This record gives sequence, C-alpha cells and structure tokens, in this order.
Amino acid sequence: MKKIDPTHHELVPRHVVLEEEEVEKLLHVYNITRDKLPLIKAADPVVKAIGARPGQVIKIIRTGSPAGEAVTYRLIIK
Amino acid sequence: MSLKVIKEIKFGILSPEAIRKMSVVKIVTADTYDDEGYPIEKGLVDPRLGVIDPGLKCRTCGMRFGECPGHFGHIELARPVIHMGYAKEIYKVLKGVCHNCHRVLLDNEEIKKYARRLKEARVRDVEKQKVLKIIAKQAARRRRYTKNNICPHCGVELPRIRFEKPTTYMENTEKLSPSDIRARLEKISAEDAELLGFDPEVARPEWLILTALPVAPVTVRPSITLESGARSEDDMTHKLVDIIRINQRLRENIDAGAPQLIVEDLWELLQYHVTTYFDNEVSGVPPARHRSGRVLKTLAQRLKGKEGRFRNNLSGKRVDFSARTVISPDPNVSINEVGVPSPVAMELTIPERVTYKTRDELRSLVLRGPSQHPGANYIIRTDGRRKRIPANDEELRKTLAEELDVGYVVERHLQDGDVVLFNRQPSLHRLSIMAHEVRVMPYRTFRLNLCVCPPYNADFDGDEMNLHVPQTEEAQAEALILMRVQEQIISPRYGEPVIGGVQDYISGAYILTREGTEFSRREVEEMLCMAGLGVETSQDKEIWTGKEVFSLLLPPDLNVEYKNKICRRCTTCKEKECPYDGYVVIKDGKLLKGAIDGMAYKARSECKLLDKLVKDYGTDTGRKFLDSITRLILWVLGMKGITVDMNDVELDQDAKDRIDEVLQDGENKVDKLIEAYHNGELEPLPGQSLEETLEKKIMQVLAAARDRAGQIAEEYLGMERFSVIMAKTGAKGNMLDLTQMAACLGQMSVRGERLHRGYNNRSLSHFKENELSARSRGFVRSSYNKGLSPTEFFFHAMGGREGLVDTAVRTAQSGYMQRRLMNAMQDLKVEYDRTVRDNTGLVIQFMYGEDGVDPARSDYGKAVDIDWIIHKHMEAV
Ligand SMILES: [Mg+2]
Ligand SMILES: [Zn+2]
Ligand SMILES: [Zn+2]
Ligand SMILES: [Zn+2]
Repeated sequence: MKKIDPTHHELVPRHVVLEEEEVEKLLHVYNITRDKLPLIKAADPVVKAIGARPGQVIKIIRTGSPAGEAVTYRLIIK
Repeated sequence: MSLKVIKEIKFGILSPEAIRKMSVVKIVTADTYDDEGYPIEKGLVDPRLGVIDPGLKCRTCGMRFGECPGHFGHIELARPVIHMGYAKEIYKVLKGVCHNCHRVLLDNEEIKKYARRLKEARVRDVEKQKVLKIIAKQAARRRRYTKNNICPHCGVELPRIRFEKPTTYMENTEKLSPSDIRARLEKISAEDAELLGFDPEVARPEWLILTALPVAPVTVRPSITLESGARSEDDMTHKLVDIIRINQRLRENIDAGAPQLIVEDLWELLQYHVTTYFDNEVSGVPPARHRSGRVLKTLAQRLKGKEGRFRNNLSGKRVDFSARTVISPDPNVSINEVGVPSPVAMELTIPERVTYKTRDELRSLVLRGPSQHPGANYIIRTDGRRKRIPANDEELRKTLAEELDVGYVVERHLQDGDVVLFNRQPSLHRLSIMAHEVRVMPYRTFRLNLCVCPPYNADFDGDEMNLHVPQTEEAQAEALILMRVQEQIISPRYGEPVIGGVQDYISGAYILTREGTEFSRREVEEMLCMAGLGVETSQDKEIWTGKEVFSLLLPPDLNVEYKNKICRRCTTCKEKECPYDGYVVIKDGKLLKGAIDGMAYKARSECKLLDKLVKDYGTDTGRKFLDSITRLILWVLGMKGITVDMNDVELDQDAKDRIDEVLQDGENKVDKLIEAYHNGELEPLPGQSLEETLEKKIMQVLAAARDRAGQIAEEYLGMERFSVIMAKTGAKGNMLDLTQMAACLGQMSVRGERLHRGYNNRSLSHFKENELSARSRGFVRSSYNKGLSPTEFFFHAMGGREGLVDTAVRTAQSGYMQRRLMNAMQDLKVEYDRTVRDNTGLVIQFMYGEDGVDPARSDYGKAVDIDWIIHKHMEAV
C-alpha cells in the first residue's frame, strides 16, 4: 500500500521542527521550562512524517483559525 | 517551612497498634465528671482528649480552646468485635480462604495466572478492580460445589459460609465468633492477601476486626452546659459510655470464669453497641435510643444525607452577611441598583472606621440604634471588644455615642449606595453574581430592574435571590470595578448585550417611535420627568413626535443606520425611503427614520443601538440609556396601553376561505400521491424505499400548504394588532406562533415522522388500518383560534409530549456537560503575557483564544469593526 504523507493534506497545519536556539528563545520569551510546554507524541503521524525526535520542540502554524494565523508549540514525547 | 508537593495518597485500615499509638489515653471508666465538675482521669472527657472550655489549656498539646484540634483516646475491647463497615469485606475474605490451611482457594496455576494479571492491571485502577472481582468469584466457587468441594492445597472439605446482616457469619450451622474469624485472617499470607484485594503494608485482613476502639476527641463531641447548670453530653459520648460499661462487665465475667452463655450474651451486646456507635440506622438492628426515647445520632448519621456534614457543611456553607428573599420587579431602580427591604438592611451591617470626618455621622447612627433604619448594631472599641448597641436603652446609646472616638469601628446598617453582591442560582456563569448598589425600600422583597433579568435568568414567579455584603473597602472597590452590573452589559460569551430591553420595553419602544405617534408638550414634560431626564422642552413646540422624544435619550453626536426587526426584507431595500419604518436612521443624535424595536436594544440579541452606545460611549451611557428608557416606556405604555385578545388572531371570511382552499388543495395532493403509490406509479427517490419516498413527499406537500396558509394569514395580520407588534418587534413570540393561532397548526410529528403508532397499523381507532391520509397521520388542519377536533387534539398532545421529553433530557445532558467542562477548566487563567495556563503553569494556549481577544470588549467576537472605523474616518475627512 502506498504511504500517504499527511503533511500534504490541506487540513493538516504546517509543522516545523525548531532549532535548539529557537527553543531557548521561546522558553525565555514565555519564561517557562520545557516541561510546561504542551505535548505531542512522537508516534503522531505528522511528527513521524517530518522526522522529529522526542525532546525536540515543533511549531504548529494554523491558518484556518478565525483569528487568522495562530501559532502554537509542542514538545515531542515518547 | 518549605513547600512540599504531594505525590500520592494511600488509604489503609487502622491497625490496633496504630490505634494505640495515636491514642493519648486509654479510657477505662465510663464516668465523665466528678462531683466538683472536674473531668475524671481516664474517663470519657479526660483532659488529654482536648479542650472544650474556653480558658483552659490542653493537657496534651498545650493549646487553648479553638486552637487544639483534639486528640484520640482508645478503649481496649475485652473481646474482638466486627467492624460493621467492613462486614461485607470480611465475608468476601472468609469465602475466599481455607479454614484449615488459610490459603486462598485457588490452585497454584490460578494463583500464578491471577497474580500476573493483577500486576499488569496495577497501572489503572479500574482494571485492577475488575481483576479483583474475578479473583474473588473464582476463589469462592469451590465452596458452592456439591462434589469435590475441597481445598486445593490441603484437601479439607469446605463448608458453606453464610453472612447474616449485619455482623454474623455462619459456617454450616455454627456461628463464627469474631475471635475465630480474626485468627483465620491473621494467618493469611501477604501474597494471598494481595490476591484478595489487600495491600498488606497498610491493610492486613485481620485489621478488619476491632480489638481496640478509637475514642473520638472531645472537640467533636462537646458536652453542653444547660441553663440549670447540668451538663448534657453528646450522643457520641452516650454511645461510648454504653460501650465501656458492657466492655467492663464482659471482662469481669470472663475473669470470674462465668458460664459461656453469659459471656456470649455480653459479647453480643458489646457488638451491638459498637455497631450502633458507627451507624445507628443499620437494617436489622434496633436503633440505640436516648433515655428520653430519642434515637441517637452516631458517626454515620453525622455524615449522611442532606443534613449531613457533606451536603450541609462542605458542599453548601451558610455564610454571614448574607440575605435571601423573593425578588420582584421595579423599573424605577437603576440596573445598577437592588432594592433591599428595610428589615434586611437593619440586619446586615458594614464595619465603618471612625475618623475625624466620619465621627459625627457615625455618632448619630449609634444614637439611632439597631431598630431605626439608618442606624447601627455594634461598636468595636480600639482594643477589639464588641459592644452591642441596645435597642431600648436610649441613655446607654447616648453614652456609647459620646464614647465613640477615632479608631473605633461602627457596624452600621446597610445604606443607599453600599456595594453588595447579588446572586441567583444556579450560578452557571460569572454574570450570575453581580455587584449592585443598595436602595433601601419598604416591604420584604428584593427589587430588581427588569433589564438585568436575562443574565440572572430571573423571573418573578416566586424566584428568590441571595445578597452578600463585602465587609472591607478593598472588597467593595473590587466588586464595584469588576462586577458592577453596567460593566457586564456586553456578554463575555458572545460580545452582544445580555442586559437590555425585554418584552414590553421592546413593543413599547415601537409604539413610542413608530410613524404617527404624537404627544402634547404637557405629556412630554410628564414623561421626561418620569424618565428622570432634566431636558428643557422648548417653549414654542406644542406637538412632539415619538421619535423626537426618543432622541432626547441619545448622545448628540450618535450616528447609526440599520435595518430593524420590522423591516420587510423587500427585494430592493429603499433604505431611508422605507415606507414601513423598517430602516432606522439616527443622525447627530436624532432619530430621523424608522422605529425602535428589538434590533435596537433587546437583551441577548444582536442589537445595534445599545451595543454602539456601550462600545462607543462607555458603560455609563449604556446604563443611563437603559434606566431612562425603561421609565419612559413605562409611561408610554401606561398612557397608550398594550393588550392582547382573541381578536388579534381572528381573520375575516375572505382570508379563511383562501386558507381553507390552500389546505384542501394540499390534502388533495396528498390523496393523489397515495393513489399513485397504490397504483405503483410512484418513482422512488434515490436511496429510499417507496414508502419513505411517499412519506417524504407527503410531508413536503403538507409543509408547503401550511406555509402558504401562514403567508395568507400574515397578509391579514397587520400592525394594528398588538400580538403582531409583539411578534414583529421581537418582544415576544413570532409570526409562526401567530399563524398557528390564526390559520393552521400543520403537521404534528414524533421523531421527525408523521404520527403512525398507537393502535395496530393506525394512529387512532378513528381511522382505517394502514390509512395514509393527511388527517389520519397527525396533520392538524385547524388553528388554535378555530379549535382542534378530538383527534387533532390527541395528535397535538403526542407531538407536544415529545417536545417536553426532549427539553427535560436536553437540560439534564447539557447540565452534566457544563459541569464537566467547568471542572476541567476551573483553574485555567489568562496570564499577563496573554498565555492561558493551568495552576501548575502548564501552557494551554500561547495566546488566549488564539487571537487574544476578550469577547466582552470585542465587536461581535471580532477584534475591531474595520468598516465602522473606515466609515468614521471618511466622515471626519
Ligand atoms: Mg421562576
Ligand atoms: Zn490539644
Ligand atoms: Zn486448605
Ligand atoms: Zn427594508
């Protein structure tokens, strides 16, 4: 069976893996530690598709929201 | 002290050692006080058990009354007794273990299997409970065998065990004594205990049997001194006295080597007293009574039921400085105010500090005392001592007033302008508690402006509301800034007003502002006076239109244009030239065209005028507008009148004929469809059976006929009828309701289908079996005005019943859903960096609502109204 890449689906928002410096900046801006970030499982199809690893932080950019562009961050866990 | 985080909580059973260890005194005597009134050592009110007399110090912890939490004692029971709360557990264990070798009644294979399953299920408690249930059942099964009912370990035959409520266990025909049982439980191994659901670290099976009984501290069973000086003990103490007496007699008899029968009787009696000590309402046990014959309230009775600790003291506490009474309407109080009956105002107080500025004022209040309205009930001296102001001793009041000095505090009556919190249950959203200003009034009800009914969901069919008085200036200021009614006009839920006109205020506004309403100058002066508007009416103007009067309520630079509720949705809107008052034009604060109706200021709806007033001119303007318009319209309605009668839905013969024709036509069409169906000429719709197709088509035809009938009726239902004014302005009801009254009710349905159940293959016995016609399947051709035929009436009741059931089910479901959402989200909060976080600091949203917009400050949920800003800007240019 052909594998489907979920990132191409129009309903899947853009997921980007953050660089380590970006993560540090993010944590600094919100004055939080890693464990205060929302979580996402490494087994999540999109996380698998973009090849992100547990411990990394991804940025999710949603465009369909009534607020226009909405950005959120998630820490990948096992 | 360093902060510690609780990781887990483990529940266990108190072991006899634990009971002895936490005990500060072993109670041996049933006496309480000696002849001098001092507590007896080792008695039930031993001074080490805590203090209940003010002024004394606790012998155990050294703290005073109120500080000392009390300390447990214990009684050494002469013989073990069953703890009635664990009776069922004990039964389960007895059934599951061998009386000979004390192993669990499972073979080694099973033990291995279940131990593994239990280990795997450990993570989730629900799973674990399930496995434990299976184990208990499997272990007990061998006892029920008629053949081979032997222990898999030692091979002994297993007798049947019976449990007789509340605390007796029979093995075959022999009674098991608590001592026997305890001996058996003691010998169960830790591994076997785990299979039986115990955590042997904190709950050994034998601990289910009591050998030492904890004695509750005196602080939870205080004795009270009666006026006569005699002491009256708490029910719990009475019960403990009984236990100690019997325990003593039992021990004496055992020591004296009394016959077995006597010992057993006393033992049984001890069991009875211990059982009723825990719960005096156990079935099968006569409740223990006081000497007077009153049933004693023991441990379980303190906790259980509506009057119990949970429902009465923990879930719902009574609080000071609060009042509750029936509410009634009063358009003359502002929306910010609440009318407080004077008896309530004289009971509720606010502590006010005496300063140089307030001294004279407060002195006069003290002089008036507690029984005249602006008065005071207490003074508090600088050393904190409270002194009640006497109601009847004027001399003493004078002395107290003179004594009053800077630094004193006076607890004065509630007065006009004080800030209070007003609440109506169920408090489902934050608008259920709002801050009002007090208006002290005669009689006995809370008075409330009608515009604030929607947020409270209040009406006046006997509703009661609560009032709370904040006691400090900080609390009052906070309430005023955050919770004041006028600050809540725009709902935080959907960005529209929740406080605004209701019912007659809407139809009244239409009557005031519709084309052709005129008033004489005298009338205008009267109504403006009533509305509290100090506007000067110009001398040369004798006749005022309603629109001119209404304009006096508006800010002079207000500009709004909108289509109102009575707009007829013409294909091409003539806007300013609308001949039906349907297009509202307000220019420079003057209402030029159109009538004011629901679209202007109706609560809980998109309302253009009030919304604009509050958002562009502030909440003060909004509040003033609502306050004045309610009074203004009250006058208008008083003069012009508004009423509804049967004639409002009476049509002339011509209309009735036309409606009849339409409905007859519809029924004929249905008959034709049925005929086509019977002749096999009906084409099925895609994906549907022939029957479904027929039903659908019939429903369509009948719905079209009813709609057409309604349209015809509407043509004749003009604005000269008050019911129509009410429906069209949005005050109450809608045109569908009216056409159902005037023309035709239409199809009744249950679960979206025509009515067909009831009798065999027919809805009612008045029709033939399998009849498909309109009137046999719930089409009600009559109107409410004409009256329903008996069959129609029954059909209507069937459809109506579904509606009632639906609402009942829906409210229950949505209530539960609401509670779950509330519980899940109650700790979430928007931080100063606009993130939403829970109480542990976990980020839920990086921006509140993804856009950071507060709906209460938004334009119908959007951050800004771009069109309006551009419009305004263009105007300025
Ligand atoms: Mg009610
Ligand atoms: Zn103490
Ligand atoms: Zn055995
Ligand atoms: Zn129009």
